[in-house]
Amino acid sequence: MDTATLIARESFVERGARERVAGLLDAGTMRELLDPFERLRSPWLAEQDIVTQADDGVVIARGAIAGTAVVCCAVEPAFQGGAIGEVGGAKIAGALELALEDAEAGRPVVPVLLLETGGVRLQEANCGLAAIAEIHAAIAALRAHVPVVGVVAGPVGCFGGMSIAAGLCSQLIATREARLGLNGPQVIEQEAGVDEFDSRDRPMIWSLTGGEQRRATGLVDTLCADDAQAIAAEVAAAVAAGPEDPARVADVDAALARLARIDGDRRAEADWVRDAFQTPTDDRSDA
Amino acid sequence: MQTLSLDYPAGAPAARRALAGVVGSGDLEVLLEPGADGRSTVEINTSVDGVNEIWTAVVDRIFADAAQPAVALEINDFGATPAVVRLRIAQAMEQAAGADTGAH
Repeated sequence: MDTATLIARESFVERGARERVAGLLDAGTMRELLDPFERLRSPWLAEQDIVTQADDGVVIARGAIAGTAVVCCAVEPAFQGGAIGEVGGAKIAGALELALEDAEAGRPVVPVLLLETGGVRLQEANCGLAAIAEIHAAIAALRAHVPVVGVVAGPVGCFGGMSIAAGLCSQLIATREARLGLNGPQVIEQEAGVDEFDSRDRPMIWSLTGGEQRRATGLVDTLCADDAQAIAAEVAAAVAAGPEDPARVADVDAALARLARIDGDRRAEADWVRDAFQTPTDDRSDA
Repeated sequence: MQTLSLDYPAGAPAARRALAGVVGSGDLEVLLEPGADGRSTVEINTSVDGVNEIWTAVVDRIFADAAQPAVALEINDFGATPAVVRLRIAQAMEQAAGADTGAH
């Protein structure tokens, strides 16, 4: 890339949640639901002496992408590390459940999830987890009707229960800077020891959980640069693609075959993990 | 967390509501709504304890001009410095006055 292109490029990651959504939607179509002035904030954070955000860090907006009706759910990474609390989680779950009702009534609305989250907000524990379970159920039900599009763009990444939500999406878009994993590095180190996973070794962390590796192992569908226009184009293509049939995550046999090929005694390294994650079909074509 | 309520004389109510910033490290969220005629109010929730005098001094200056549009501000602060406070409030005021910067 030359310097002029680099300077002209607009970052997606540097935008806040609301600006990210505005940049994806067709001009003039954005209509925010439960906006900050509704003041639907966390009842739990204030009790714990933590300043709340008026939209609880989640932006929900209806609009259109290339004329197709969509509902965007975007997590604001700067507020509490994008963690999902009761209210923010319920906003996403409610938006998805309404999209499901619309889809079942023959009015398809494509959900676009901008996931930038450490997972459940620990201060709200089970209330957040319950919302995340509802999000999972709604995505699984929606997938039969419409594509469910996920984007993980920034360095916060997508972890915990929300990484499962990302995995359930029919199309997942990520950047190289993004990470996707059930547990974050410090949790793995704490549970398995520093020999297993050194949470200070950033190149190792990205080599295993970064967007590039997740693309190589099939857990991400599209790898995209941190370029607002390029990400908008990928999202538009995924929205236009129609529902995924059959759903990737419905192929349980393939997932079990992958698991069977993982040697739990061997320390994870990017290369052999990539090999182990190739589908059996790929193995046959290699042989 | 501390809370602080301030009010100031002002002009006619602002034209529209506006939003600036996020409750992120070193930043703050400003929710601006048209105020009652002739009076601006500022409700501050801040994560930093013991700096009410600084907040009062900073906000007093911003609202020193009693001819400004009347606004009702809610500020949710996560450790913003006085410079950031001024910028975010100015950003919200500009948006409310009609010059939409497109930024939040």
